[in-house]
Amino acid sequence: MSKFLKRSALGAQVPHEKRTSGMETVKMPLPTKIVLSMSQHIGAPATPAVAKGDQVYVGTVVGKSGGFVSSDIHSGVSGIVDSITTITGSNGAKQTAVVIIPDGAQTVDPAVAPPQVTDLKSFQDAVRASGLVGLGGAGFPAAVKLAPKNLDEIDTLIINGAECEPYITSDNRCLLEDTQFILDGIQAVMKYLEIPRCIIGIEGNKPEAIAKMRGAVPAGVEVKELPCRYPQGAEKVLIENCTGREVPFPGLPSDVGVIVMNVTSVAFVGKYLATGMPLTTKRLTVDGDIVKEPKNVEVVIGTPVRELIDFCGGFTDEPGKVLYGGPMMGTCIADLDQPVLKNNNAVLAFSRKASQTPKMSNCIHCGRCANACPLGLSAKEIVQAYNNGDVDLLVQLNADLCMSCGTCSFVCPAKRPLAPSIALAKIMMKNGGKK
Amino acid sequence: MGNKLIVTAAPHITGADSTQKIMQRVCLALCPTLVAAVVIFGVNALILTAITVAACVFFEWASCKLMHRENPTGDFSAVVTGMLLAFNLPATLPWWMALVGAFIAIVIVKQLFGGLGYNFANPAIVGRIAMAMGFAGAMSNYPHPEGLDALASATPLAVADQLGSESYVTLLLGNHGGVLGETCAITLLAGGLYLIWTKVISPTIPVTYLATVAVLSLAAGRDPVVQLLSGGLILGAFFMATDYVTSPTTTKGKLVFGIGLGVITCAIRFLGTMAEGVSFSILLMNLVVPYIEELTRQDRLGIAKVKKNKEGAGK
Repeated sequence: MSKFLKRSALGAQVPHEKRTSGMETVKMPLPTKIVLSMSQHIGAPATPAVAKGDQVYVGTVVGKSGGFVSSDIHSGVSGIVDSITTITGSNGAKQTAVVIIPDGAQTVDPAVAPPQVTDLKSFQDAVRASGLVGLGGAGFPAAVKLAPKNLDEIDTLIINGAECEPYITSDNRCLLEDTQFILDGIQAVMKYLEIPRCIIGIEGNKPEAIAKMRGAVPAGVEVKELPCRYPQGAEKVLIENCTGREVPFPGLPSDVGVIVMNVTSVAFVGKYLATGMPLTTKRLTVDGDIVKEPKNVEVVIGTPVRELIDFCGGFTDEPGKVLYGGPMMGTCIADLDQPVLKNNNAVLAFSRKASQTPKMSNCIHCGRCANACPLGLSAKEIVQAYNNGDVDLLVQLNADLCMSCGTCSFVCPAKRPLAPSIALAKIMMKNGGKK
Repeated sequence: MGNKLIVTAAPHITGADSTQKIMQRVCLALCPTLVAAVVIFGVNALILTAITVAACVFFEWASCKLMHRENPTGDFSAVVTGMLLAFNLPATLPWWMALVGAFIAIVIVKQLFGGLGYNFANPAIVGRIAMAMGFAGAMSNYPHPEGLDALASATPLAVADQLGSESYVTLLLGNHGGVLGETCAITLLAGGLYLIWTKVISPTIPVTYLATVAVLSLAAGRDPVVQLLSGGLILGAFFMATDYVTSPTTTKGKLVFGIGLGVITCAIRFLGTMAEGVSFSILLMNLVVPYIEELTRQDRLGIAKVKKNKEGAGK
């Protein structure tokens, strides 16, 4: 009861739409070119390590990490560097990109070999060299996450298999198809970081994955079924549901003794330790109302979205929106030449009809936004304060805590764009009152 | 241009619920009580309701037209106001008075303040109160079903202290004097439960309101069942106090609001000269909602309460 009074945090009952959950991953043939953006992670962009005309192989470093919070970028094909160019990313920012034309031979770089891992340092170095970034969507360099300042206080590893976004089933396929790699990855992280406990959180709409993991996990690893309420996979929500701990704001999961990794990330760790093949491919769910043959596809990172869609039978109708990621938090891309990024887990395409923004009406103060917010924020008050330019009130309402999960916008019966408005409010807070 | 992709901020889907659907559900929840009113008070109840609903929708449309606002009548909120206003009128009320009430509710309380979402108090409540002041005689000229006992001669609240448990069934069925929509407790409860079940309203406000009245009645030595079932309490608790615009949004706020309603209602009923206090208590609590909201915000995840304690220490 006291928790009930503290914060409703009801979340949202989003539609699941996970029709691809039973579809085994298929490998997409090589695209005609790959475009490797140097900004596929949070932090400093990588710098191109190759020049036009260079021969590269599968696993060759083409982008060198640009700092501590950054990541290497590797080629997923063997071929010739066609150009170093500038592209406009889905966020509108200009990015440097390396374009490679595959030669079809898929010759593996001779440098690719299983890493020699004996202790924490060599483990962290291996993860750094692998080019792994948070594959749940955030794209935070994994090597940084696995080197917390208070390592001795970390007592729990949480594996995020919630996959709470509608449509996406790539994590579900990972749980089912890469079970052993996941266990190997978990074991390595627990061993080298000396973490005694691990919880794998999976939303209840994936009973097959839950059953398979429960049957496979060793002692010390628990599989936890999460309620089917968006956003279970949000890091802070997941930590609270799995351990009862609240991550302080501002702060990191490590402040409450937790490290959270996505299932696909930890599976990659397991695979990398065995093979030494860096992050060059990605499993994606391709779905949406106008995708002819929805699929789970293993695709070389950098593949243009157009070719990926063609592999899935193309569109059945004129596209309205094409998204990286799910419909709750995914970003729209402006053209189909955008490449697949490391942290993508889905490409969804919707008809123009399904892409229409519903008509907005007056706020009726029903409070659904506040009661649904997993963090206990009051979206309607934040938006009101933003409209009034009241930064003091925004601070009081903790508008900057918002993680843009979109739950408030989803539940609003007046169809008000609350989440995007809060994003603007956060910018106003940062700028000290200027919109 | 036609083949360009659409780019907007996330999220890209929204829930199925809309303001219109919510208002329609409220109308539906009021329908059984309307049927009961026709059974108890005759076809006049239906005619009066039709008039207030039509008047509310017309005034909403006309005032928006004059103020160059988009026509909002499709959202059904004026229909809800019209039904609730009618439910607060005696079935014998002259029709032109109902028009005045509808005008006050829609034009003065709702549209002049900015329309749906901007009214400071529940339009139907203010309409009822204004009419009770202006047309005191006609508004308290409660019709009563024929051939019944003393209960029928006045509203039960006026004689509440003389009523015993033998009156419970009559109170539940609503076969007694009163305004047309407040008497039949059974249909009102059914409608209220439907709204809770369809998640239109949370049970917090009605439950705390009714519980507070029950506890205070016991403490004051009055029959709590009679107090709960008579007057406009059930109608007010489920349908008028839960109006989104004029009630708090958080669970904590709803608890405070419900308790406040119960205390004021009992104070008016037991200590004041008026028999009924539901509409005044709702109006008074409507006015303090912004303050309740500010003081009952939810705890945010991971936000330490240091600031709050400091503020508390300063006071």
